[in-house]
This record gives sequence, structure tokens and C-alpha cells, in this order.
Amino acid sequence: MNFLKKFLGLVWMVLGPLTMGFLLIQAFDKVGFAHSDIERTNTILQWGIILFIFFPISIGLMIFGYYAWKGEYDQLADHSSD
Amino acid sequence: MFILGNQIFLFMSETLPKNNIFKVIGASSLGTLIEWYDFYIFGSLAVIIGHQLFPEDAGASALINTLAIFAAGFIVRPFGALVFGRLGDLIGRKYTFLLTLVLMGGSTFLIGLIPSYQSIGYAAPILVLILRLIQGLALGGEYGGAATYVAEHAPKNKRGFFTSWIQTTATLGLFLSLGVIVITKNVLGVDAFADWGWRIPFLLSILLVVVSIYIRMKMHESPMFSKLKAEGNVSKNPLKESFNNKANFKMVLLALFGATMGQGVIWYTGQFYAQSFLENTCKLDFNDSRYILLWGIAFATPFFVIFGAWSDRIGRKWIMLSGMLLGIIFYRPIYQIFLDDTDTAKMNLTEAKYGTVHKREQIDGTQDSLYTAITHVVLKSGASFNKVQMDTISVKSGIHPAKEIIKDKILPTPIFWKFVGLIFFQILLVTMVYGPIAAFLVELFPTKIRYTSMSLPYHIGNGVFGGLVPFVATLIASFSGSTPLSGLWYPIGIATLSFIIGTIYLSNKRDETIND
Repeated sequence: MNFLKKFLGLVWMVLGPLTMGFLLIQAFDKVGFAHSDIERTNTILQWGIILFIFFPISIGLMIFGYYAWKGEYDQLADHSSD
Repeated sequence: MFILGNQIFLFMSETLPKNNIFKVIGASSLGTLIEWYDFYIFGSLAVIIGHQLFPEDAGASALINTLAIFAAGFIVRPFGALVFGRLGDLIGRKYTFLLTLVLMGGSTFLIGLIPSYQSIGYAAPILVLILRLIQGLALGGEYGGAATYVAEHAPKNKRGFFTSWIQTTATLGLFLSLGVIVITKNVLGVDAFADWGWRIPFLLSILLVVVSIYIRMKMHESPMFSKLKAEGNVSKNPLKESFNNKANFKMVLLALFGATMGQGVIWYTGQFYAQSFLENTCKLDFNDSRYILLWGIAFATPFFVIFGAWSDRIGRKWIMLSGMLLGIIFYRPIYQIFLDDTDTAKMNLTEAKYGTVHKREQIDGTQDSLYTAITHVVLKSGASFNKVQMDTISVKSGIHPAKEIIKDKILPTPIFWKFVGLIFFQILLVTMVYGPIAAFLVELFPTKIRYTSMSLPYHIGNGVFGGLVPFVATLIASFSGSTPLSGLWYPIGIATLSFIIGTIYLSNKRDETIND
């Protein structure tokens, strides 16, 4: 199980940047589709908020993967204060 | 019991009679229920609020709406979790969740008092936006406080059971908001409700909040926090200790990716996407789609407590993950049934009664007119629907027929109850993932940073991943080659990821002594 935890850690580390890339492509795509100025501003605002919140989450997924790869989750604490 | 100096502290769960413990649960749950009610009535009445308080200029309205929906849900809620979580770990649970209740109740009441856009112009939508952001902030701080407060009063073998009462409040808040809206609308009539009656659910909130504040004022601080404070062990910087300390931060990440992320999408799919799908994709009647949800919620709500209590016996992990797995497996078949059973092309129209109303209106500023024919069709099965045909009649170029729209479908009784059953099943999955999660989160973190540490993954999981279900589902539906079921790939994908992470990394072991 510990091998699987570590191996999947690499997957999560890769998934983080892939998610960021996918979201960036979607954002450019949708802003490009907007016809009027106000629609473009609205789409930029929507996607700006999504990128603003999802980039840190994606970085969090990479850190989670890094911790998993380093074996931080091999043995979880038995007690909340540990 | 423990003694420090000349003070004696009692663990309430060890010494207080049962009815006092239920007072703790009641006071916490009532306030949280009201907060959810306040948050949902805005969403449920968004269209009417848009007409009354927003400019008719579609562009400006869209911008303000975007900020109200996106910023309140996705940025302000997690931010509220950090602000009030920190406060709760510094000054205590009781006063922090009193503050969130006052902010939420006050802002909801004030939304009900905002004059229309016609009266005060742009001040109206700006006030709505500010108050909506305060609502998001308050909600971000409320849940963690209530869950922590109850858990810190609960005996170690009943933490899941006691906190599960807090878990019922989100669903009951939705139930209450839908119920109040439907009753107010039916009593006042559609026109009066759209004109001024929509304010009643907002104004009503203040009564509920005053009662809840009165009850909460009488409650004592959490015994574990009191002990920590008496010993001088309160965290000096909860944010730093939560997110700068690797041992805690890695648990925050695990809670987010292995539990709350999947729980959030299951929650929003079962209770929001389902209703929106029935109304907008299946074109069910406004009331019918809400009645189905109300019945589903009424039947399923007790299971929050059942699964919460069960998690005290067998652990939290597998109950939550089973809820996710069942969602992954059954979402597409369930929504396919919704589509098939509401497809008028598959209904026997030879047994139908028809009645058509015709209307012709001049289009402003032109000599052209709009011709509308609404045909009400009633089938022998008991089902009915409206066929709406709108044609533009141009003086210069003749008739431009538009595509016929079928809407306001009312289901025959057996299908109605079949849909109630399918919604019940989805909310049952919500109770599986959501019932034990407060106890699960509380047990992951130490007392001095518990409020901060558990609030953030909870609100990212629910507010961001869950709250994005309608947006991402619509986004996926805009891809070429998509079908009405394509939007489900988002909750299925996120739940699958969370299920894998949860299965491999989470422990099923309960922390029996959180009173560190």
C-alpha cells in the first residue's frame, strides 16, 4: 500500500499543472468566444475568479502529491494532537 | 474533570445531564439551520431579485450577478472560513458563531428592505452585492464553529451522532427556504409575490435569528476551549499553525482531496443539480420540480443522524466513500430515467385533450407582431404539458416561425413518486457523505487550531467544488458532441478522484480523545 501511495503521489503532482493548463486553455477559449465588450468583461471576470481560486488548489494538489511521494502519509497520526 | 489553580473544569459530556447536551445541539443546529436558510433564499429568488433590484441593462446585471454568485460562493466563503476560524481559535467558539449569526441574519433582513432599482438606481444592486458578500463571509465562519462546538461537548463514542444533527441543518435549511417560498407564493399569488411578496422570506429571517441569538447567548463556551484558555495554551497564530506546520497542513490537504471535495459534489448534485435538471432540462413544472425535491428531502433527512451514529461504531471513512462510489455508479442511469420519463416524444399523444390559447402582440417600435399559441395538452395518464409556439409576423417578410417549446410538464402520479424515489436515493447518498464528515474533520485536528483547520477544507470542498457543479455542468454541455447527461462527468470525475484518494490515504481509525 505504501508503494501505491508513493506512486500515486507522482500522479497527483502531474495532475496539478495539467489542471492549471486545462483551465487556462478553457479561459482563453471562452473569452475568445465572447461577442460584445460587456460579455467579454463578464467572461474574464468569471474565469478570473475561477483561476484565482483553482490555481492555489492545484498547487495544493501538487504539494499533496509531493507529501505522498515523500511518504508523509505512510503512517497517519492516531491522535489529532500528534 | 480537571483542576487548574482554584478553578474546577468539567467536561460537560461526562457530567451534564442528557437534556443539557441536547440544548447544546439544539442551540447550535438552530442557528446553523437559519444561516443555511438565509443563504439559500437568495439563490432561490435570484431571478426575482434580478428583476426588482438590478438594472434592465443585461450587461450590467450579468456583471453584478457574476460577482454575487461567484465571489460570494467561491472566494468569500473560504475567506470567511479563515477569518472566523482564526477568530474562533483565538477568542472562542461561542462568541465567533454568535457573530456569524448576527452578520448573516442582519444582511438577509436588509436584503428584504432594499428599495427597487427604479427607486434608488445602482445603489440597489451594489447593496445586494455587499450584503451577499457578507452572507458568504458569515456562512464561511458558521459551520466550523457549530460543528466544533458540538463535537467538543460530545462523549467520544457519540461524536458522529451528535454532530450529525448539525449536518441535517444544510438540507433542512434548503427545505425551509423552498417551503417558505412555495407557501408565500401560493398565498399571495404570482403577481403579488413577484412585486413585493419575495421580501417576506428575507424579512422573516430576523425573527428566527433573534430567537437563535437569545438561545446561543445562554450557552457556555466549549469545555475544551475553556480548558485550553485557562491553561494559557490558546494558539497565538492559528493560521500559521494550521498551514505553516507540515503535520497539520498535510491533514488539511488530505481532508480536502480525500473527503470534502467528493462530498461537496455529491451534495450539490443531489440537492441542486437534480432540481435544476428537472426544471431546465426535463422542463418540469416549477412547483412539481420543487415538490419532488421537498418529498425527497423529507424522507432522507433522518439518515443524516442514522449514518452519523453508525459512523461511531464502524468508523467514518467507508460510509463516506460508499456514498461517493454509489454516486459514481448510479448518477448517469438515474438522470437517463429522468430524461426518458419526461420525453413527450415517447408519450401516447393519441389519448390527449387539447386546448389552445392564441395571442398577438405588437413588437415595440415596429409594425411587426409576435404571435403566440399555447396549447395545453392533458394525457389520459394524468400527465400534462404546454406546447408554446411563438412566430414573428413581419410586415415586410411574412411569418418567421420559431421552434416549438414544450414546458410546464406535470408528471402522472406513479412517475412523480418514482422521481421522488430517485431524488430520495440521491439525498441518501448526501446523508452518507455528509452525516459523518463533521466528526471526521473534528478528529483530524487539535483543539487549538481546530476551527481554522477544519473550516477551510470544508468550504473549499463544498463552496468551490460543490458550488461549481452548475457552472461546470453547463460548460461541459457547451462542448461539441455533448449530450444532456454530459454535465454529470464533472461530479462523477471529482467524486472518483476523491474516492481513490480517500480509499488509499484515509484511515478508518477514530480519534477517541480529541480533548488534547
